[in-house]
Amino acid sequence: MYEFKYHRPATVRQAANLLVKNEDAKVIAGGHTLVPVMKQRLASPPHLIDLSHIEGLNAIEMKGRSLVIGATATHADVANSATVREAIPALAELAGGIGDPAVRHKGTIGGSLANNDPTADYPAAVLALGATIVTNKRRLKAEEFFQGLFSTALESDEIITKVMFPLPKKAAYVKFRNQASRYALVGVFVAKRPSDVRVAVTGAGSEGVFRATAFEEALKKRFSHKVLDGITASPEGLNSDLHGSAEYRAHLIGVLTRRAVEAATAK
Amino acid sequence: MAKISLIVNGNAVNANIDPRTLLVQFLRENLRLTGTHVGCDTSQCGACVVHLDGKAVKSCTTLAVMADGHEVRTIEGLAADGAPLHPMQEAFREHHGLQCGFCTPGMIMTAVDLVNRKGHDLSDEVIREELEGNLCRCTGYQNIVTSIAAGAKAMAKSA
Repeated sequence: MYEFKYHRPATVRQAANLLVKNEDAKVIAGGHTLVPVMKQRLASPPHLIDLSHIEGLNAIEMKGRSLVIGATATHADVANSATVREAIPALAELAGGIGDPAVRHKGTIGGSLANNDPTADYPAAVLALGATIVTNKRRLKAEEFFQGLFSTALESDEIITKVMFPLPKKAAYVKFRNQASRYALVGVFVAKRPSDVRVAVTGAGSEGVFRATAFEEALKKRFSHKVLDGITASPEGLNSDLHGSAEYRAHLIGVLTRRAVEAATAK
Repeated sequence: MAKISLIVNGNAVNANIDPRTLLVQFLRENLRLTGTHVGCDTSQCGACVVHLDGKAVKSCTTLAVMADGHEVRTIEGLAADGAPLHPMQEAFREHHGLQCGFCTPGMIMTAVDLVNRKGHDLSDEVIREELEGNLCRCTGYQNIVTSIAAGAKAMAKSA
């Protein structure tokens, strides 16, 4: 790991000022992506700004018809929150399936979204549920936030402060894990929303999370796995690597979408 | 350099460290608490698990400077030198929950955290699921699972 200077701001405003003042500074919360990458010397930020001691930034609460999760809420916080389990149980289950118990004690929702790893779980939930990502400067819709592999709409002095999830009528997340890394080879989050149905796919796309619109159209007519017969995902634009071909991933999208719809309707 | 103050196994510790020091490095090299191991060094194997404010974390993926002001417990902190073993340690001894022993400190710290979160009556299925982040390359896990189930029950009695 290369040298860096460590900062521990007490407020988001202080953190944002530190970001402006120190070029190439990075924010850190759980550190479960950034620390490994720094150890490999793939990242060498000269300044680290620790958000994990900003009071209230990990709050989870209902605001009107939205579930609001603070950026530094850990995966364990989300998985075990009575508020989340009541409002969007599928989101609590997703958080409880990230990594392992020790990783869930440190990794945060804000960190996962800012990193936008193409195999991360949270991006699928955020896109399918139509969540809004709130930063210190503005509000971003999920579809404008994710901008391809490891890239987001976040500017260099922008910090995610919370994520607002409108409540779906039904939702479920199903992932097919890589047997070695346990990351999602493919993960599908299905949400029946008051106005439409969204199917978001992670792990498969070469540009990161995306919506499977053919499945959405069919499910909009009737939210049942039965309407999905004959609908397939195209392997075009999907990842192909030693873990699975694009065709295999396309097949998994179909299978997992069915399973997710079945799981959502069974709730 | 960065000044840090934290509680390790109940003792106040002050140090001046390079911010890039990992918590596991700090425990092993500065404090000579070598019970916490470095296995994979990539947050997968769990040999480095310690408790930070009472929760299991991977100390190879935690910066020591981020633990400033917090409380750390390592395997050495479960039972005092010469005192009877912690019930979970005793269960691993009794049920042959180890062969080479390299993963054992992490297994035990994970197991104690598991009991703290999920109670004393743990099914094999729950234990196996919860051990996702702890790798053992010797035992095939059978006796580790048996040890944890027994240790969880023993912790109820000693509590």
